[in-house]
Amino acid sequence: MWGGRKLGSSGGWFLGVLGPGGRSTQAARPLISPAVYAKNQLSWTLQIKPGVFSEYRTMWFKSYRMTFSCLNRIKNFRYPWVKLFSTSQTTVDSGEVKTFVALAHKWWDEQGIYGPLHSMNDLRVPFIRDNLLKTIPNHQPGKPLSGMKILDVGCGGGLLTEPLGRLGASVIGIDPVDENIKTALCHKSFDPVLDKRIEYRVCSLEEIVEETPETFDAVVASEVVEHVTDLETFLQCCCQVLKARGHWQNHSSLQPFPGLKPCSYLSTPSSWDHRCMPPYLGNFNFIFYYFFVETESLDVAQADLKILDSRDPAASASPSARLQPGGSLFITTINKTQLSYALGIVFSELIAGIVPKGTHTWEKFVSPETLESILESNGLSVQTVIGMLYNPFSGYWHWSENTSLNYVAHSVKSRVQEYPMSAEFVLKRETEELQATACTNPAGHEELKK
Amino acid sequence: MAARLVRRWGAVRAAAHSGPLVPCRRWSGASTDTVYDVVVSGGGLVGAAMACALGYDVHFHDKKILLLEAGPKKVLEKLSETYSNRVSSISPGSATLLSSFGAWDHICNMRYRAFRRMQVWDACSEALIMFDKDNLDDMGYIVENDVIMHALTKQLEAVSDRVTVLYRSKAIRYTWPCPFPMADSSPWVHITLGDGSTFQTKLLIGADGHNSGVRQAAGIQNVSWNYDQSAVVATLHLSEATENNVAWQRFLPSGPIALLPLSDTLSSLVWSTSHEHAAELVSMDEEQFVDAVNSAFWSDADHTDFIDTAGAMLQYAVGLLKPTKVSARQLPPSVARVDAKSRVLFPLGLGHAAEYVRPRVALIGDAAHRVHPLAGQGVNMGFGDISSLAHHLSTAAFNGKDLGSMSHLTGYETDRQRHNTALLAAIDLLKRLYSTSATPLVLLRTWGLQATNAVSPLKEQIMAFASK
Repeated sequence: MWGGRKLGSSGGWFLGVLGPGGRSTQAARPLISPAVYAKNQLSWTLQIKPGVFSEYRTMWFKSYRMTFSCLNRIKNFRYPWVKLFSTSQTTVDSGEVKTFVALAHKWWDEQGIYGPLHSMNDLRVPFIRDNLLKTIPNHQPGKPLSGMKILDVGCGGGLLTEPLGRLGASVIGIDPVDENIKTALCHKSFDPVLDKRIEYRVCSLEEIVEETPETFDAVVASEVVEHVTDLETFLQCCCQVLKARGHWQNHSSLQPFPGLKPCSYLSTPSSWDHRCMPPYLGNFNFIFYYFFVETESLDVAQADLKILDSRDPAASASPSARLQPGGSLFITTINKTQLSYALGIVFSELIAGIVPKGTHTWEKFVSPETLESILESNGLSVQTVIGMLYNPFSGYWHWSENTSLNYVAHSVKSRVQEYPMSAEFVLKRETEELQATACTNPAGHEELKK
Repeated sequence: MAARLVRRWGAVRAAAHSGPLVPCRRWSGASTDTVYDVVVSGGGLVGAAMACALGYDVHFHDKKILLLEAGPKKVLEKLSETYSNRVSSISPGSATLLSSFGAWDHICNMRYRAFRRMQVWDACSEALIMFDKDNLDDMGYIVENDVIMHALTKQLEAVSDRVTVLYRSKAIRYTWPCPFPMADSSPWVHITLGDGSTFQTKLLIGADGHNSGVRQAAGIQNVSWNYDQSAVVATLHLSEATENNVAWQRFLPSGPIALLPLSDTLSSLVWSTSHEHAAELVSMDEEQFVDAVNSAFWSDADHTDFIDTAGAMLQYAVGLLKPTKVSARQLPPSVARVDAKSRVLFPLGLGHAAEYVRPRVALIGDAAHRVHPLAGQGVNMGFGDISSLAHHLSTAAFNGKDLGSMSHLTGYETDRQRHNTALLAAIDLLKRLYSTSATPLVLLRTWGLQATNAVSPLKEQIMAFASK
């Protein structure tokens, strides 16, 4: 989550991307050397008005002395920010709650410490929007993503959730830090349109998988995967909540696809959802349903091949027979390279002290190759990987061929044959049919009895 | 010094520890107010066109727009026989903007006049400059302001599900949001109308003229001064019907006089002169007025031999270099009579806002810049502002951005400040240069004008810049 900010911080130390946040509260903290302040102040001016900064520079010289003491206070508030992050792994310290409240509003200060994340929206929102629009044949003007369900994992203050909501999608934002969700809820409450479209929850991704086996059209994990403890599980869970390929576009007018055996499974979204096996499922069910799915999935596989052929854009099937591609997973994170170590860890954490020590661990950075291999092994086919570069002078992000610092990866859930269907899932939806099929499958029963 | 700093930076960029200038109101109980995405304050030519541009924008289909106009709704039942005395010169760029939301078609169905050439010449010498396009395309259009307003009103009515227009509504108070988001205070701009109703908006666009209330409320500094001139406008009848597709402007020492074509027999007059002379012109009887106009265009009283000789010398030199191109001075059509009650005067001045944007505020049109009518650029600069702002807002809306966010508003400001500042400075310079009959300056401008007239690429550049 802090990738973008970090890059900004590293360049920021050079020029000082300093936000005027935290003015309202005061605390006694150790001061930082004036040299850093000098540079910080200049860049702050630049940040605010890139186009007309000359007049502000004059003002800066005059105001430098005035705001020096103010800057001391601003700089000092970076330290409570350490606690904000460390408490996400431990428990919230009640004594720090007040400072969290004071800091939580910093999410939405576009000139503040979260500034680079705000400007990253200029890249990631169009990227997500355009890739999702490819899956919608006709979109409504003004609300291009309407009808889509999106999950924003690690939403923080809702910086990315709100633009997606404005584009018409129904978004659920989750974050393990309670204060972040409070800020996000408070911010969206003022906008009646967003209030209806966005939902926030304080929970982890695993809980979402358990609570609501809903299927999302897209999952967004922006600046998150470099902070998770177990990347494999995280990505598996992301895969589980995504819609699988093959959902009917128009659920109200369901017709079996020509060439397929009429099967009630095709009438439900769940039939194509080849989920990863949840860990809590017992072995008994595992064997039974694995066998069951093996027999059934062959027919489905054949049908799928047929569908593949006719899924060319040129071949236009009737609207009711058109199949949706699987859900999309969007990840933005930081690469694990020497450059990211130099700029991200050494510069901003150890030297400048802008990003507190221990916030990022270089070992947890993920290279695109590692990410791709994990995604592919979980049944997600990687479509695009593009690099992003932050320019601390202008405060804007740019697309780049170079993925050695920040990058974005878009993958789509493809059909997965290695993993059996989730028994729990099938039980919930089609209990009677399964029992009927089980009866007609005496061979399977024999196996079980043994 | 802290106070000055705070005043200068305003609510958003206040760095001093004294906090923001405007006290943040806690609007916890005002959640029943309608929240508009964009409110345009001021329903004149520029304000109404802005509301139209946003209303017809494809990415604004889901948004709510409000237009506040202090005056009553002007309904043009039938086009009147007599032409209105307030006309505007619409450049091709502005015409493109108007046609992008269908208003230009209405104008074409009513009335307008295209002109193909423009002759500008000096009263103190023979120097002149003739603008025309090689292929005789339309250089611009003269349209009455009422006609434009009617076309815009019609288009606004067609998109009334997205754009709400409130007439006879004047905003009396604007309340700005806190510079940084506070827990329980609304992040929107609050507008209170004269009748007590309140609205909230994510972006406030100030299009309320050169005495902009929005600009004053936002505390944006305005560089302005009054010219010691007033403009007299009138509708004139020509002595004989001509093709009348040329715009004429002559720089008198007292100020420029311009004749803009309205029809084969009618032209519109814009005569900028001193306050006393303008008052005289408006009050004198019609015959005297017509004589004054004719002599202003035809008289050579201000010529001096010295300047004439100097001008002739340069003209001869130019003739040697470019023997093919010789532009002789043509005389405008003579005026026979003036429409009764069509003489009006209004004061002139220059104004330029130091900033066009603040968080959740943007200024367009005369609220941002006020210019001398000698180049016919006032409303065209406003339409240019609309094009730029609508483009930036459209992209922002398609990216799901908060419309009041400074990141794209500064893009608009940079765009337009560059263009407008240059044009404003040029027009002011021209006005000052031509306000005198001192010989050195007359010589300078005579030779300058003749040289510019001779260099076609330069003329084309000027035309291109002015017709954006």
